[in-house]
Amino acid sequence: MSLDQTTVKRIATLARLKLSEDRMGPMQQDLNRILHFIDQLNEVDTSLVEAMEGTNVSSMPFRKDVITEENCVEKILANAPEVACNMFVVPKVVE
Amino acid sequence: MTTPITKPALKNDLIRLTLAEAKEGLLKKKFSSLDLTKAYLESMESNRNLNAYILETPELALERAKESDKRLAKNEGGLLEGLPLGIKDLFSTEGIQTTAASHILEGFKPPYESTVTQNLQNAGAVFLGKTNMDEFAMGSTNMTSYFGSVINPWKRSDGKDLVPGGSSGGSAAAVAGGLALAATGTDTGGSIRQPAAFSGIVGLKPTYGRCSRWGIVAFASSLDQPGPMTRDVRDAALMLQVMAGHDPKDSTSASLEVPSFEKSLTQGVKGIRVGIPREYRLDGMDSDIVKLWENGAKWLQESGAEIIDVSLPHTKYSLPTYYVLAPAEASSNLARYDGVRYGLRVPGKTLDELYESTRSEGFGTEVQRRILIGTYVLSAGYYDAYYLKAQKVRRLIAQDFELAFQKVDVILAPTTPTPAFALDESPSDPVVMYLNDVLTVPANLAGLPGMSVPAGLSRDGLPLGLQLIGPAFDENVLFRAGSVLEEAAAFKSFLER
Repeated sequence: MSLDQTTVKRIATLARLKLSEDRMGPMQQDLNRILHFIDQLNEVDTSLVEAMEGTNVSSMPFRKDVITEENCVEKILANAPEVACNMFVVPKVVE
Repeated sequence: MTTPITKPALKNDLIRLTLAEAKEGLLKKKFSSLDLTKAYLESMESNRNLNAYILETPELALERAKESDKRLAKNEGGLLEGLPLGIKDLFSTEGIQTTAASHILEGFKPPYESTVTQNLQNAGAVFLGKTNMDEFAMGSTNMTSYFGSVINPWKRSDGKDLVPGGSSGGSAAAVAGGLALAATGTDTGGSIRQPAAFSGIVGLKPTYGRCSRWGIVAFASSLDQPGPMTRDVRDAALMLQVMAGHDPKDSTSASLEVPSFEKSLTQGVKGIRVGIPREYRLDGMDSDIVKLWENGAKWLQESGAEIIDVSLPHTKYSLPTYYVLAPAEASSNLARYDGVRYGLRVPGKTLDELYESTRSEGFGTEVQRRILIGTYVLSAGYYDAYYLKAQKVRRLIAQDFELAFQKVDVILAPTTPTPAFALDESPSDPVVMYLNDVLTVPANLAGLPGMSVPAGLSRDGLPLGLQLIGPAFDENVLFRAGSVLEEAAAFKSFLER
């Protein structure tokens, strides 16, 4: 299975990545090489196999629904690129 | 075999000690933590050409060393009191820049400390700084770091600069070259074991769940596991003892008691069954690697182990499985870097433009490649064909190991298909690059502990590693067999040459 440029652009948009014209070609080639490599998996019969999410995940523990940390607004905002009135600032999203 | 090796300026014999030897020296008051820490800081300064650290924290290290000396004077020292370590820049360290070697996190100072580094600090360890790595731990060369490549302290006979392996390449170069007494690493597909093999040190990836992942910048959450990188097997046991343990903040960390690792070191391998997986013998495998593997089996046999051929039939599907699952998890984990809450922000007129500009400028090429693959295999219409399929093959790979461990106690294989290569020999085709991890990835998929032990030299005089893989939560069998391999190989580290 090979990806055409339209598909690569669509995936990039989904991933919020911008691929400039000069990077599009090499990236498309790399992705297709990787997908071709991955296609080996089709050789394996998995019709009777259950998917495995990971190891050590069979019994996810629950914790009590309690607040463990509070009054940490300063810590949360400490690394923000732009802050106003104790909030993160982003470009206008509502017209 | 005459190999011209350029020695770093070793002004001080203190930096040749192992962690265990340095610990003993401190307890016997032969030197202070301040002496030891200063020796390392000097060595770091005179070996900056290796680019092993992204950030050095000398003031903090000296301050902690003085505090350690006070505790040692009162005989109140912890298990790693006063011992200077390097910390991979994937571990969040409170108030100290943590970048994952990415431009997108440049300047980020975590408001919290990772559980593993907290455990090390509670035991009295002194941190020298944050070690270089492949960006977001994605790579096998340390060449994807935004902060530049790391140089392996070892040199080949042609004198070319070699890669230290990756992704924990800075930690490996630091431990091998005398820039840290020991270091932390993380291993998602071989990122502790492969650089350990390339740099002639010991690297241990514990069982998934043995150490907490809390506060470690996430790459592929079902595969990531932190572990020690050390000068010898004993040091690995010492470090793991402190790093390991259940953590309520990581729901996948195992609520099992941590056994004593040190006592396994002297238990030997008499009666232990060692499996040799025939599928790990790759077509056209380097003859040095084949010879090393045969030596390893012979050494274990001579020490009383039984050697048994085993089959892990789905081995060849490990890498394709990994290159679906790891990018899928990464694309999801790395969605958090949006230029809004922390890290780099590249301005845009709209919020989407801000996201796209920030992420395109902040992530390097390999990271973007993996995000795109991951996004594709998780996208509508392809999820079943790729992601679900890979999860099914993952189970078959794990079952191969379960069956093998009904017949044997530990598996022996090489760590890498080749010794370290030069920076300019690094493959440009990503798939060829991924083949570096062909022997290490299966243990991650199955969640099993694996250790690389330096065991010989290539014809070019470069270190080669043997890998031991054990059943889940049986790191002790790795320490038993690893100690035997270490003694038989009598490998001389870079600092001992």
